[in-house]
Amino acid sequence: MKSHLRFTLQLGFTLLVCLFMIVPVAMSVMAGLTENYFVGLESGLTLRWVDEVWQLYAGTIWLSIKLALACLLITTLIGVPAAYGLLRSRRRWANALEELLLLPVAVPGLATALALLLAYGSYREFRGSWLFILVGHVLFTLPFMVRAVLSVMQTAKLPQLEEAAASLGASFHQRFFAVVIPNCLSGILAGALMVVTLSIGEFNITWMLHTPLTKTLPVGLADSYASMRLEVGSAYTLIFLLMVVPLLVAIQWAGRLTEQRR
Amino acid sequence: MIAAAKQPSGAASYLRRPSTLVGPARRKRLIALFALLPALAVFCAFWLLPFSRLIMMGAEEDPSSGISAYLTILTHRQYLISLVTTVGISLVVSITAVAIAGIAGFFLARQRFFGKAVLVAILTFPLAFPGVVVGFLVIMLGGRQGALAQTSLWLFGERWMFAYSLAGLFIGYLYFSIPRVITTVMAACDNLDQSLEEAARSLGASTWQVIKDVIVPGIAPALLSTGAICFATSMGAFGTAFTLGTRLSILPLNIYGEFTNYANFAMAAALSVVLGVITWVALSLARRLAGGNLGASV
Repeated sequence: MKSHLRFTLQLGFTLLVCLFMIVPVAMSVMAGLTENYFVGLESGLTLRWVDEVWQLYAGTIWLSIKLALACLLITTLIGVPAAYGLLRSRRRWANALEELLLLPVAVPGLATALALLLAYGSYREFRGSWLFILVGHVLFTLPFMVRAVLSVMQTAKLPQLEEAAASLGASFHQRFFAVVIPNCLSGILAGALMVVTLSIGEFNITWMLHTPLTKTLPVGLADSYASMRLEVGSAYTLIFLLMVVPLLVAIQWAGRLTEQRR
Repeated sequence: MIAAAKQPSGAASYLRRPSTLVGPARRKRLIALFALLPALAVFCAFWLLPFSRLIMMGAEEDPSSGISAYLTILTHRQYLISLVTTVGISLVVSITAVAIAGIAGFFLARQRFFGKAVLVAILTFPLAFPGVVVGFLVIMLGGRQGALAQTSLWLFGERWMFAYSLAGLFIGYLYFSIPRVITTVMAACDNLDQSLEEAARSLGASTWQVIKDVIVPGIAPALLSTGAICFATSMGAFGTAFTLGTRLSILPLNIYGEFTNYANFAMAAALSVVLGVITWVALSLARRLAGGNLGASV
C-alpha cells in the first residue's frame, strides 16, 4: 500500500514536469494554426500564418539548410581524420588537443562570435558572406563530430584491425579507406546528425555574425518574435520544430545503434 | 585501446616490412599529426588567434572609467551586480533542475509502466530547442497573452505576467536544463549496480536510507557533472535572455549591449573573457566528474 502511494506521488510529480515541458509547445503549435489567437480556437484553424512565414522567411530556411550541409561536409572532412589522429597520438597529447578543440563549445557562443568579429570583421567581403557564419558553425560543431567518431574508433578494436591489414601488406591509404572508415561509419552517422541539428538551431554565434542578407532560421525566429504577430512567430516555430524533431529522433536511434554494437 | 595503439604487439608488428626509412613508430606519429593538421589549422586561425586577441583587448582601457576593462568589472558596481546576478541565477537554476529532474529521472529509470516511453520522449525532445525558442515558450507561458495571464484574467480579472523579468529567465533556464539532467540521471541509474540496492534492502534499510546511502552517492558524480553543465549553459544563454527582453542585467546581454549600443569593444571583450573562463571551468569540472558529455550550449 505504501509503495503504491509512493509510486502515485512520483508519477504525479513526473507528469507535472511533463506538463511544464509540453504545455508551452502545444500552446505555440495551436497559436500558429489558429486564425486569431486572441479570440481563441473559435476563430477557426488556418494554415494562413504558415503560408505567411513561408512568404517572409523561406530564404532563412534555405540558408540554414545550406549552412548545415556545408558544415557537415567540412566537419566530416576535417573531423574524421582528426579523430583518427587523436586515436593514434600519445594519450597525454590527445587529451590536451581534444581539450583545445572543445574550447569553442566550452566558451559561450557570444564570446566566440565577438572574437571572430573583432579579428575578421574588417574583411568586408568575408564578413558579409554566409561563409563567415559557416566558420562559426564549424568551430562549434567540430568537437561533436570528433567525439562521436573517436568513441566508436576506440571501441571498434581499430588498432588490431589495422595491424592485421598492415601485416597483409595494405598501404596506409588502403587501410584508412578500407578499414578505418567502414568501421566507424556509425560514429560518423551519429556525429553527422548532431552536427546538422546543432547547426540548424545555432543562435548565439549566428546572431552576432549575421547581416540582413545572411539570416538563418533561428535569426529569423528571433526577428519574428520581436516584430511580428504572435501567430506568425508560432507558425515559424512550428516549421522549425518540424525540421528539428525528426533529427532528434534520428540521433536517439543512431545512439541506440552504436550502443548495440558495443 | 590507446595502449594497444602505442605498442603494437604480437606477430603482426614483426612481420611488417619496413616501408620507409623512418621507423614505424615515428611514421605512425607523423600520420597522426597530418591527420590532425586540418582541424588544428581551422581551430588556430579562427578560434585561438581571435580569442587571444580578445583576451588582450579586454586589458585595454575602458573609455568611461579610464582603467583596464578587467579592472573596471571588478571595481564598478554595475558590472559586479550583473556578474553576481548571472552566477546566482545560474546556480539556483542548476540546483533546482537537478532536484526536479533527479526525482523524475530516477522514477523513470526504475519503474516500468504503460506510456513511459511517451513521458521520456516529452521530457527529452526539448534538448534540440535553441535558446530563442525557449524564450518564446516562456512568453507563451508567462507573457501578455500567456497561459498564466489568461487563467488569472479568467479567475481574478487581472493579467499576471512573469516572462519579462528574472523570473521568466529562471523558468526559461529551467526549461532547457531539465531535459539535460533527466537524460544524464536516467543513464546513471541504469549503470548503477542494482544488486547494491537489493542488498541494502535485504539488510533492512528503509527506502529513504537506500536513496540517501546507496542511490544518491552512486549517481552523485553524474548529478554534479550535469549540474555543472546546466550552470555553464545558463551562464552563457544569450538567446533566451535576448527574446525575453534586453533590459535585464545579466552578462550575455551586457556583452551584447556594450558591443552594439556603445561600441565599447574593450568592455565587451573583457566581459566575454570573464564569462568564458567561468563556463570553461564549470564544464572542465563536469568532464572530470563524468566524461563523455560535451554539454552543448543553447
